[in-house]
Amino acid sequence: VYCVSKKTINNGKMTLFNNSIKTSKYNFFTFLPLNLFEQFQRIANAYFLFLLILQLIPQISSLAWFTTVVPLVLVLAVSGVKDAIDDFNRHKSDKHVNNRPVQVLINGMLKEQKWMNVQVGDIIKLENNNFVTADLLLLSSSEPHSLTYIETAELDGETNLKVKQALTVTAELGEDLQKLTEFNGEVRCEAPNNKLDKFTGTLTLRGEKYALDNEKMLLRGCTIRNTEWCFGLVIYAGPDTKLMQNSGKTTFKRTSIDRLMNVLVLVIFAFLGLMCLILAIGNGIWEHDKGYYFQVYLPWAEGVNSASYSGFLMFWSYVIILNTVVPISLYVSVEIIRLGNSFYIDWDRKMYYPLNDTPAQARTTTLNEELGQIRYIFSDKTGTLTQNIMCFNKCSINGKSYGISSGMGRESELSKAEKVDFSYNPLADPKFAFYDRSLVEAVRLNDVPAHRFFRLLSLCHTVMPEEKKEGNLVYQAQSPDEGALVTAARNFGFVFRARTPETITVVEMGETKIYKLLAILDFNNVRKRMSVIVRSPEGDLTLYCKGADTILYELLHPSCNSLKEETTEHLNEFAGEGLRTLVVAYKSLEEDYFQDWIRRHHEASTALEGREEKLSELYEEIEKDLMLLGATAIEDKLQDGVPQTIETLAKANIKIWVLTGDKQETAMNIGYSCNLLNDDMEDVFVIEGSTSDDVLNELRKKMKPDSFLDSDEINIQFEKSSKKQIIIPDEQANGVYGLVITGHSLAYALEGNLELELVRTACMCKVVICCRVTPLQKAQVVELVKKYKKAVTLAIGDGANDVSMIKTAHIGVGISGQEGMQAVLSSDFSFAQFRYLQRLLLVHGRWSYIRMCKFLKYFFYKNFAFTLVHFWYGFFSGFSAQTVYDEWFITLYNLVYTSLPVLGMSLFDQDVDDRWSMLFPQLYVPGQQNLYFNKVVFVKCMLQGIYSSLILFFIPYGAMYNTVRSDGKAIADYQSFALMAQTCLLIVVSVQIGLDTSYWTVVNQFFIWGSLSVYFAITFTMYSDGMYLIFTASFPFIGTARNTLSQPNVWLAIFLSIALCVLPVVGFRFLKAQLKPTPSDKVRRNYLIKPEILLSMAWARWGAALHRLGSAWSVSPGQELATAIVPSKKHRNPSGGGSVEPQALNTSLLH
Amino acid sequence: MEKKMKNKTSVATQEGDRCPDNSAFKQQRLPAWKPQLTIASVLSSFFLTGAFCLAVGVCLVLSANSVREIQIDYSDKCSDCSKLRENSSNWNKECHCSINFTLKEDILGDVFMYYGLQNFYQNHRRYMMSRSDAQLLGRNVNRSYCAPFSTYRNGTPMAPCGAIANSMFNDTIDLFYNGNSSVIQVPLLKTGNSWWTDKNVKFRNPKSHNLSSAFAGTAHPPYWQKPVYLLDEEDERNNGYVNDDFIVWMRVSAFATFRNLYRRLRRTRHFADGLPAGNYTFRISYNFPVTRFKGRKHVILSTVVWSGGSNPFLGIAYVVSGAAATLTGFVITGIHLKLRKKKTYFQKQ
Repeated sequence: VYCVSKKTINNGKMTLFNNSIKTSKYNFFTFLPLNLFEQFQRIANAYFLFLLILQLIPQISSLAWFTTVVPLVLVLAVSGVKDAIDDFNRHKSDKHVNNRPVQVLINGMLKEQKWMNVQVGDIIKLENNNFVTADLLLLSSSEPHSLTYIETAELDGETNLKVKQALTVTAELGEDLQKLTEFNGEVRCEAPNNKLDKFTGTLTLRGEKYALDNEKMLLRGCTIRNTEWCFGLVIYAGPDTKLMQNSGKTTFKRTSIDRLMNVLVLVIFAFLGLMCLILAIGNGIWEHDKGYYFQVYLPWAEGVNSASYSGFLMFWSYVIILNTVVPISLYVSVEIIRLGNSFYIDWDRKMYYPLNDTPAQARTTTLNEELGQIRYIFSDKTGTLTQNIMCFNKCSINGKSYGISSGMGRESELSKAEKVDFSYNPLADPKFAFYDRSLVEAVRLNDVPAHRFFRLLSLCHTVMPEEKKEGNLVYQAQSPDEGALVTAARNFGFVFRARTPETITVVEMGETKIYKLLAILDFNNVRKRMSVIVRSPEGDLTLYCKGADTILYELLHPSCNSLKEETTEHLNEFAGEGLRTLVVAYKSLEEDYFQDWIRRHHEASTALEGREEKLSELYEEIEKDLMLLGATAIEDKLQDGVPQTIETLAKANIKIWVLTGDKQETAMNIGYSCNLLNDDMEDVFVIEGSTSDDVLNELRKKMKPDSFLDSDEINIQFEKSSKKQIIIPDEQANGVYGLVITGHSLAYALEGNLELELVRTACMCKVVICCRVTPLQKAQVVELVKKYKKAVTLAIGDGANDVSMIKTAHIGVGISGQEGMQAVLSSDFSFAQFRYLQRLLLVHGRWSYIRMCKFLKYFFYKNFAFTLVHFWYGFFSGFSAQTVYDEWFITLYNLVYTSLPVLGMSLFDQDVDDRWSMLFPQLYVPGQQNLYFNKVVFVKCMLQGIYSSLILFFIPYGAMYNTVRSDGKAIADYQSFALMAQTCLLIVVSVQIGLDTSYWTVVNQFFIWGSLSVYFAITFTMYSDGMYLIFTASFPFIGTARNTLSQPNVWLAIFLSIALCVLPVVGFRFLKAQLKPTPSDKVRRNYLIKPEILLSMAWARWGAALHRLGSAWSVSPGQELATAIVPSKKHRNPSGGGSVEPQALNTSLLH
Repeated sequence: MEKKMKNKTSVATQEGDRCPDNSAFKQQRLPAWKPQLTIASVLSSFFLTGAFCLAVGVCLVLSANSVREIQIDYSDKCSDCSKLRENSSNWNKECHCSINFTLKEDILGDVFMYYGLQNFYQNHRRYMMSRSDAQLLGRNVNRSYCAPFSTYRNGTPMAPCGAIANSMFNDTIDLFYNGNSSVIQVPLLKTGNSWWTDKNVKFRNPKSHNLSSAFAGTAHPPYWQKPVYLLDEEDERNNGYVNDDFIVWMRVSAFATFRNLYRRLRRTRHFADGLPAGNYTFRISYNFPVTRFKGRKHVILSTVVWSGGSNPFLGIAYVVSGAAATLTGFVITGIHLKLRKKKTYFQKQ
């Protein structure tokens, strides 16, 4: 428990808590040691430090110090400079924030202070548009009832106004400085934490206790709006504020390639150790057989007295020389590539949504290639598949249904029906549309249930009205559903006009009434309902409640049973059309009972511990025996292009699971309308209730009867492997199935030991829809698939209820839509429309994956080819750790000569362009199966590297052996050999990158030719007279380039090495593409040859789309209704005959 | 509702401030060349490479075969001397031996004399490091690079220092032509055998009024019989560090078997066209011990062609690679034709 009291502050006991913040990590003096310490915690950097230390031991040092130091310093410097700039900016912003001015009440006077000097217990004054200085307890404000409006954009990204209200007892203080100075209360509250939406505390003032909750808190990071001034008491300051408690400590997601890379680096280390061991043993034997006798000319080094000791030293010398198999630039390059590919996502105009000016955003820059490997998509429904723009569409009042069926997204029908005229109501919202006249008539005829219905809608909500001009009402709603309901009530003549903490002003059929608001029993995910208790101007006490039907039906008074049945029928009808439904009910309260209840309520709400439980008990107590009024149905339209996107993703072998809080009927209907479920499916299973264990078994029996045989591979595997880590391989069902499962059954399956069975069955289905799931269950489902399937998962959602799922999945995608920004803030990628997902995955994801794989393949290849030449040379140089190449070449090879071409390829390469990627979703499949880079591919790279190194060593060796120049002078000397070998190597790896590059932009040309030119330029410079005369010891290769590269046989040897290294690769790749073509090969074959096919296919698609639209329009409302209740096969065929054509074309192209 | 829709579409064409640039780079639409492995490009690369390699290979083989070369292993033929040298206490005893050979045909053109060593690990790392380039540039610097041959125990520095210099090949080989009546010494050039850059840039004598004073205070390496400034007393420009034999030795070989240029035939008078047929004698002053480490010594007379010496490797490698490339070309053609047949069969169906 944390205690704030003004007195203690004045006594100066708690001066520790001032308001200055520090987000910077270093200062001028600590930067170097701290930053270096951090950087050396990375395994790669530490490894190079270890090498550096080895190199400093004279007996071991086989390479000049600069071969390791130059790359290491470069890498450290780049990261260091980046960290320094970041930290400098943080310092600047810290300083800026800490020095903001604020008015603090000191000794009865308002004084201007800097933010950092504000302390816990201070009373400060904020004005309109000010940033909130610290976490404050709101004391009073200029607005009536001491309301204060705030915007929380900086805190949680939401831009709608929220309202906070002070305690009445503190509100009295007003702006009376004298009273405020004398204010002497004690606040007891919880210790600082990062929960933005929770605060529990009590204020003790003059011996009385008052409950404090989040409604009375102004958090740092918010901005005051529409409020002239307000006073607040500082509760948490500086680093204790919720904003600061929330920053930092983000969990890092790693990609599967990352993990594979770490494994491979370990494999390479083992390989390195093996090579060094072989060479060390070789050295021992050599020194014993030959070196011992050669001591006339070359005595053993000091301290070496036996061949085996020499071998031991040589082991470490070779560790230094061969270290380039694990190149330091690997990690840096990988980061650069990912960053570049993330920028492409930010820059993509085809993922920019002009309506709300939102470009796509890669918020995490380290996960790109994983986008090309997605197997499972977990999607939210509301706001993700749908627009989350709610329209009040239908309602059922007292057993009578109103509203004309509109179905999903078929506005043309509506134009036929006449829009209801609301002109009798001056306060009506002109944008609101309703198509059933009878409801208006019912209202105008003073139908009691109808009045009660709309009265409820105008009273039972948390919407804030804004009336800037007389009659021009704007509602600020936290959930679009509420906004839609209140707007509906407003148009039908029950205008919600103003709200104070204690009253609600409603204009009922032109007559202004002020209701006393006695209690709000607020909404949460468990309760799934909200209620208000109001006292009407006439003095009646009424509880109004709205909520989910399943919940409310349990709370109804038995007398409503017949009405319940009728309403249920209507509800099913609404849900079948994909509408979101709510049930509304009311209850008249007795005065005595209520007084008793409200007293207990007050007690519970001031309790410091267990407040929530106590309150929810009280809520349950009063919310019973409700009288059913009716139900509302709200339409949420599908977003553009959702069915097409889902169809494309399904073709890309991605399984889509929809996780929604909606009712089963609603969810299924959405499933049909966005093409998730369709008639091509063998069956759509629905699992409800808690009997699912048998059901799951049954389903599996139907889908894949073999899977129960003992001979089934997977069953065998289960028996073998221990329980803890089971990976379920993919199973093929005997048809296309869909599965719908309710949250209730899901909970049952998750609790029982049915997880495995559930995953096995669910993963055999093409589509899974989970309805009525809680946010926690969403995350559990994702976790379940992550646990049992070796597959990459993606979760996409837009609301706060999707956050846990987004964080759990390998990749989280946030839709920046109507429901605020919380999903986006915790996501890895974000954009505005669901349809952009196909571009993100099929284009950006696929390219990123291919680029990363190509990069890794090439990178490992080039370093193997480079390093293994030393290994072969060891056998000819007495295993003395003599390098083949010039030391400068070793230093610059990875950093200068070969870094840019491979980066160019990894940033620009496209095997096929974006249109083709979208037209052929099959191209996505190799990524899911991880075909382009895995252990087998790595071994192939290694073998290719070994082969190349053999060529690169033995061709120059043969060409040089005992030979002379054409003028009789020496050429078989070490320096000429080194130059020849390194030139061969560099040209070979450059040709190889040329072969790997399938998309030669200007940049690629420039990088490849540039790197080769730079190599020759640097070589000639370093081997020049001037460099030798100035830095004699560093550049001993003087003249080698001139004397060697002028020889025809040197160039002949270089050409032969290139031909022998490259031609087999060319032949192998060509034959592989012919004999075992990948989807990409198949598409590419037609890529350049037949551009007109693309055009014709595009037309075919268009045609299909038009056809689909047409058939959808032609369905009459009646038919629609009939099919809605029992989704039968025949009527639901969104992809009619039109789509057959492109599919046929598509497949024909692939063969 | 319709009005609303219209509004929407009109807004949709507008671009907000945050709309990304429509540049080819940012939209990944940079114009590019998209090469592909087509049957034409693959086959042409195989057949062209094959043809080129075969042609070059044949040329190389023919020219390498035209090289005349005489190689004589004298490590056994001078067994007396080699035994003498096995004992290092005899270092200052002179030992000569002669080797006769007969040329059946004239060797025309430039003739080069090489000494060849086998099993001599000049490419050993510690051996290769043991030199001081700065010293060889005539600078007075510390000789820490030269270990273990940098200074004598009494502190006198070695000039030149290091294992390479110490182990310099110091046999002298003279060639005599046994004419009909007289024995003529074949005139041989001892300069112009090293790279221009080595002779003029990499090696310089320390500056002083004469060479012996330039090397004052230093001593010759332990295995040397004379100090560095007496390497060639006749020619000032071939003495000290810039002595050609020394420079050639200091350019260490990449492998344990190697040959270094020793002398060139001076084409005058009797030898204007090269070496005429007849009997010759190598007179060797045998100083360089090799038996200790099971080394071999050769003396080689050779002509050169455009592709260098007599090494047949490149020629053979080219012929083999050319043949392999052509063969692979045919195999690929075969596979391709077979696949195409299959495909047309399917297409007909």
